[in-house]
Amino acid sequence: MGRLLLQRLGGLLTTLFLSSIVIFGSLYLAPGSPENVIFGSRTPTAAARAAVRHRLHLDQPLPVRYWDWLTGVLHGDLGTSMVTGQPVADRVGAGLGTTLLLVLMSMIMVLVFGLTMGLLAALLPGRVDGVVNALTSVTVTVPSFVASALLISVFAVQLGWFPASGVGQGLGGRIQGLVLPAVALAVLSCGFLARVTRNAVRDQLEREHVQTALVRGLPRRTVLRSHVLRNALPPIITAVGLLTAGTFASTLVVESAFAVPGMGQLTIQSVAQKDFPVVQAVALMLVAAFVVCNAASDLIQAVVDPRLREAGSTS
Amino acid sequence: MTAPLLELAGLTVDIATEDGGSRTLLDGVDLTLAPGEALGLVGESGSGKSMTVRAITRLLPRTATAAGAVRFEGEDVLTMGAGRLRGYRDSGVGLVFQDPRAHINPTRKIGAFLIEALVGNRKVPKREALARAAKVLAEVGIDDPQRRLRQYPHEVSGGMLQRVMIASVLLAEPRLILADEPTTALDVTIQREVVGILDRLRRERGMGMVFITHDLDLALAVCGRVAVMYAGRIVELRSADTLHERAAHPYTLGLLGSRPSIDARVERLTAIPGRPVSAFESGPGCAFAPRCSFATAACETTPPTLTEFDGGLVRCLRVEEIHAARTEVKA
Repeated sequence: MGRLLLQRLGGLLTTLFLSSIVIFGSLYLAPGSPENVIFGSRTPTAAARAAVRHRLHLDQPLPVRYWDWLTGVLHGDLGTSMVTGQPVADRVGAGLGTTLLLVLMSMIMVLVFGLTMGLLAALLPGRVDGVVNALTSVTVTVPSFVASALLISVFAVQLGWFPASGVGQGLGGRIQGLVLPAVALAVLSCGFLARVTRNAVRDQLEREHVQTALVRGLPRRTVLRSHVLRNALPPIITAVGLLTAGTFASTLVVESAFAVPGMGQLTIQSVAQKDFPVVQAVALMLVAAFVVCNAASDLIQAVVDPRLREAGSTS
Repeated sequence: MTAPLLELAGLTVDIATEDGGSRTLLDGVDLTLAPGEALGLVGESGSGKSMTVRAITRLLPRTATAAGAVRFEGEDVLTMGAGRLRGYRDSGVGLVFQDPRAHINPTRKIGAFLIEALVGNRKVPKREALARAAKVLAEVGIDDPQRRLRQYPHEVSGGMLQRVMIASVLLAEPRLILADEPTTALDVTIQREVVGILDRLRRERGMGMVFITHDLDLALAVCGRVAVMYAGRIVELRSADTLHERAAHPYTLGLLGSRPSIDARVERLTAIPGRPVSAFESGPGCAFAPRCSFATAACETTPPTLTEFDGGLVRCLRVEEIHAARTEVKA
């Protein structure tokens, strides 16, 4: 178990290092340059442009810039924004809390509704299963940007229950502002998790070891808890891990739609402005979120299923 | 005669098919088992022997319906309420499945599997249940039971896991053990050992047993009586020690004849021609008629009944003629 943990940590660092190179390189290859954002609509002289480029180290070759950035990060300095001049850590820190809260709210909704619907469908074949199946067939086809538009028009514009854009002050205000974005993120995932849960539980209900438990006269409750649900967990955990990672990625779209001042919005903004240090920081955090979610789901699975503890050493 | 431990009367199981019809898997099975008696159920795949065991525990597929009666100590299992059924499954009957790898939850420790029913159903304290489990593991010939209790199923061999399953059944101390091909999934070398353990411990505890196998010799070795099944019906039932000499049904004779002999070397083993059929595939007459070398036109149309013959029960229209012909050849 300890070895599995160490391996995962090593994997995380390697992935972060490799993706930082890819992100830095692709940003360099993309058209546009940060100084254009600074100059705006003004047309600078060649000398002024050269001076700004020198100040931002844009006149140095890519490997040198990457090396400077990397050594800075290893010393705990994420750099300063090329566009606003603020420390990157400050810009990222401001949005991080909001985004984490948004993802947390969304995943709580996914767990509550997805698991409940999946369990009901698995345990009550027939009408309930049919209703859940019809419901999930619809929700898995609704991407978050479509859900955002629908939610804004109904609950923000027509009913006025929630703000259409931005978040309020304090924790209560923030939560209220994040309800609609969280729902938009949760719709598709709920349907997906419900299906995974239903199939995993159905699969276990048919298993031979469940028959053994039944034929020993154990109460149905115990059979469900200790044998069916417990053994159905691994695919469900994998799905939750993937969905959490995917939700981090979807915040890019949803935060823009709802004007939520989080990491997603910051990412879109800084990519457009070619703000290298900020893009590096937010993109790497997104990568880290993916890797951490996957590692966490693998580790939890190893706790649930002893057979995976040994298998972990080969994967 | 003492009251029977188990009694099957006209047990019939039909399973619904997807097109709305139904197929008969068991067709009027009658059996009785005295307390402490061991009975063998022998037959090919599809003969209904496993379905018989499932019906005895009422562990039937969702789409199956059972008719007739399964009486355990006089009480009908098929009509029991849920609470009584749990009690019967807990302490009345124990089932040893064919494949322990699939039939024991792979995510829980062997100890947890063994004590689950004791702790959950009978409220035995966990510590005491574990002590009992260790004792029974030792009885089924497992070394270092304390360590085994802490291991997971995937960490032990198939033979050991089957002994764990036998131990789990013995722990519940049921009056009846059902063993559904308990050694088929095991290596040949440990089959006898596992059967030996099961047979000895059952006798010591005076438990009844229904032993299912396709291995006629194995059934004869551990059971007092043997019932031969074909296409969902019992075709012959007699005591194990007279079956060799007195077998009368052509199917039983075929099974006996298709075993390799240790005395004579043969080029090719004798086989029963054709393939086994299920109850729903058989015609109006004798289900074995298409494969039977003694069959006549009457066999195809008239269903035979299970009647007494030469100290046993045989389901064959021509049993007297076949017997006479065989005795003539011998003489």
